[in-house]
Amino acid sequence: MDNREIILDVKNLNTSFVSEKKKTRIVKNVSFQVKRGTTLAVVGESGCGKSVTMNSIMRFLGRNAIVEADSIQYNSLHDDQVKEYHLEKYEKPNCAEMRALRGPEMSMVFQDPMSSLNPVYKVGDQVAEGLLEHNKGMSKKEAREKVLEMFRKLGIPDPEERIDSYPHQFSGGMKQRVVIAIAMICNPELIICDEPTTALDVTIQAQIMELLKAMQVNEGKSIVLITHNMGLVAEMADEVCVMYMGRVVEFGSLEQIFDHTSHPYTQALLRSVPVLGLADGQKLETIPGSTPNPADLKGGCEFADRCPFCTDACREKDIPMFEITPGHRVRCLKFQDSPEVM
Amino acid sequence: MNEATVSIKDQNKAASSSRLKKNIRKFANNRLAVLGLVIVVIMTVACVVAFIAGIDYRTPDLTATRTAPDSSHIFGTDTIGRDLLARVLVGGCYSIFIGLFSAVVSNGLGAILGAIAGYFGGWVDSVLVRISEIFQAFPQLVLVMMLIAIFNTRGLGNLLFIFVITGWMTTFRMVRNEYMTLKNETYVKVCEAFGMKSSNIMFKQILPNVMTPIIVSVTTNVAYFILQEASLSFIGLGVADSTPTWGNILNAAKSLTVVQNQWWIWVFPGAAISLFVLAINFLGDGLRDVLDAKQQ
Amino acid sequence: MSENKKEVIFKVEDLCTWFPITQGAFKKVVGYVKAVDGISLDVYKGETLGIVGESGCGKSTLGKTMMMLEKATGGQGRLNYDGEFKHITKFNSQAMFEFRKEVQMVFQDPYSALNPQKKIYTSFEEPLKVHGVKSEKEREDIMERVLKMVNIQPDYLMRFPHEFSGGQRQRLCIARALEVMPKVLICDEPVSALDVSIQAQVLNLMKDIQKEMDLTYLFIAHDLSVVQYMSDRIMVMYLGRVVEVADSRALYDEPLHPYTRALLSAIPVPDIHKTKKRQVLEGEVPSPIHKPSGCPFHTRCPNCMERCKTEVPTLHVQNPENGHMVSCHLYD
Repeated sequence: MDNREIILDVKNLNTSFVSEKKKTRIVKNVSFQVKRGTTLAVVGESGCGKSVTMNSIMRFLGRNAIVEADSIQYNSLHDDQVKEYHLEKYEKPNCAEMRALRGPEMSMVFQDPMSSLNPVYKVGDQVAEGLLEHNKGMSKKEAREKVLEMFRKLGIPDPEERIDSYPHQFSGGMKQRVVIAIAMICNPELIICDEPTTALDVTIQAQIMELLKAMQVNEGKSIVLITHNMGLVAEMADEVCVMYMGRVVEFGSLEQIFDHTSHPYTQALLRSVPVLGLADGQKLETIPGSTPNPADLKGGCEFADRCPFCTDACREKDIPMFEITPGHRVRCLKFQDSPEVM
Repeated sequence: MNEATVSIKDQNKAASSSRLKKNIRKFANNRLAVLGLVIVVIMTVACVVAFIAGIDYRTPDLTATRTAPDSSHIFGTDTIGRDLLARVLVGGCYSIFIGLFSAVVSNGLGAILGAIAGYFGGWVDSVLVRISEIFQAFPQLVLVMMLIAIFNTRGLGNLLFIFVITGWMTTFRMVRNEYMTLKNETYVKVCEAFGMKSSNIMFKQILPNVMTPIIVSVTTNVAYFILQEASLSFIGLGVADSTPTWGNILNAAKSLTVVQNQWWIWVFPGAAISLFVLAINFLGDGLRDVLDAKQQ
Repeated sequence: MSENKKEVIFKVEDLCTWFPITQGAFKKVVGYVKAVDGISLDVYKGETLGIVGESGCGKSTLGKTMMMLEKATGGQGRLNYDGEFKHITKFNSQAMFEFRKEVQMVFQDPYSALNPQKKIYTSFEEPLKVHGVKSEKEREDIMERVLKMVNIQPDYLMRFPHEFSGGQRQRLCIARALEVMPKVLICDEPVSALDVSIQAQVLNLMKDIQKEMDLTYLFIAHDLSVVQYMSDRIMVMYLGRVVEVADSRALYDEPLHPYTRALLSAIPVPDIHKTKKRQVLEGEVPSPIHKPSGCPFHTRCPNCMERCKTEVPTLHVQNPENGHMVSCHLYD
């Protein structure tokens, strides 16, 4: 596949955190691609490293984080010209090159709309800030027009009035729309949404999801959706990346993941979540045990202790990825007859 | 079954002792804090031993006034020939007692009032907060002078009383704020759901979670009150002159001639105060690091 | 299912919990947050009644009011003590103490539900001490029994809460609530703070315990799929009022109230072959301080009629066969 089709290509990403002189690996050998104009869902429980992976790519991590990767390649496509950026080569997280990318090329929507907005500034100014930063010479008036346009697009009622309001005058759903407006204002190609609706009610979640979907369909944006909700994945994603304890355990298209679920963890995850309309008396499957502490992990498969198919071989060494059908990769020894891939 | 009972209790003890060990190790790693503890312990023990041994600190030796430090008077003698070493030691006893007593009692008072105000809220809280504001708005120095005028004596009890009633407000505010947040914690709701008494919840459930800032506040307040006593005594409003305290000893060095010519009269008590206060502050910092659960 | 045969254990009539909003130095009351606004419900012995609604609909406040942790400002609740109904809202402190043995609560956040400074042993021992279990041996027997129910080894008792994972903590909290052998357990979002892979463990455990101890559950949650999995009957709340009560199956198969329908359709289903038409509600939940006149849902309702704006609908039985109740003018 060439650079036109792939917008983000991550190869062998490792992120470790150092605390009290101990190094803990949180993200291990993560590789994935995001295709242009599609949605990649990154699924996993809290602590599986899905947010850290995305923050490593955006270089939002603190000083105690060590990010290493063979390649983090971002391909921008403007006027039919592909330009490659190699994000792993930038040494400082806040270097000028990285800052130039954040906003016009890739941006992020955070989980908690309540704390992603600064309470002492008007929301309009907060949205316009990115615009003024990346377009030197743009007048405040022009910026305001752009913000109003964005507010209208995101369905914020009475934009002329609300643009001069403060965050506390907004409800949770409206705040999340403002946060999305901040992410979208510089017209980025890639939007990373880190659990954008976890803090919101289901009816508001439905609104926000419709909004993101419309954005993608109408403007051809690429979206990375970080979530733990398999239902949202089924509705939103084109491709799915399942993570457990810092590793990608299964990667594939929506059909591959839902119809040919292969990794025991993904299977368990799908069967243990209550869904509407379960038959009376039907019992949920449980995954035994609890998520291990990343610092206590030994070698071998991270899921071994909770896996019903675990064998001795699973605990011996790190499990490689196997490609069972084109594009469907699983990190499990059950499929060791298939070819090994990165 | 009896075996199981014993084992639960025993393991209980083992667990708590391992936690204690861990805390001690953590404290021992903080060199400044250990240094502080050592200095505090040595100075306190020396002062108390000297006091109990009945060392002579009040007989003036008029033949040897203002002698510089030598082998018979290691710290020298003061303006009327009393041995300075003895006075610094006995004075330390009083000063440390004043600091410790005022800090413990005022913090205790502040903690209890803060717990009541924070836990019950409503009008109880409003009344207590207003009272604390009145006390805070009143200059301590003026209060001291007023009380001395009223009681017409300059006694130790007087000073302690003033320190306690003027020193509880900071702790009160801190504890009140902690209680206001902690009373919404789920474990407090659980206790309420079990029908526990308010006093039980306030002091047995919430208080252990507020102990850390209180302990740290007590240590720093000990230093604060020792300094307060010293400055009040220095200007002649502290304890009666007959009782030696570090401040009272310094008081003797008020005149310019003493400051210029007899350095030992003010250096030794001054150094004792500074050293003790510094050591206490190191100790307080170390305790905070060890006890603060958020940093663990 | 015929309802007449079942015994009512908890009866709530027209319950209100209003929080005053005060202003100024003299705490003048300028308005009320009507968190629970005239709710009536019957809880039957041995059933699980699910209470579902979005944040701010008053479901948690209802739970706390029924637990008597919040003071009811109107209406009454009655609890069945072996056939005799007693007004819990009029209890003195002694009666309240007895009430707390009958009804217990499991809270949302297992991370703050155990006192971080106390060993599990102490946290477990205190409720028993308070409720008059004098001998240490008796207390430890009870502790061991409840821990066995939630599959936690008794020697974990000497540990501190921070040594446990979220799922274990919630199991401990359930065990502690069971110590006093309650008849009714009010569960306020017991799994919403837990990881998805742990939720099923706790939910199944709660089902097993219910069978074993013949408990009655009041299961409060925002996640309709979880509530539907757990409950026999479901009550849907909106802005402090009940909009629909139905058997769990009936609510899913034929939701009546427009709000329930919207709620059901808003939940994403993890099945890529079930394409459903989603009905997205416009707007947001109005503030419980300034409630809309008439039906509280009329501002977002796709079927809003003129009379909805002025007339408050009452909760009435729509389908006498299964006791399906709805509060909507569409079905008058």
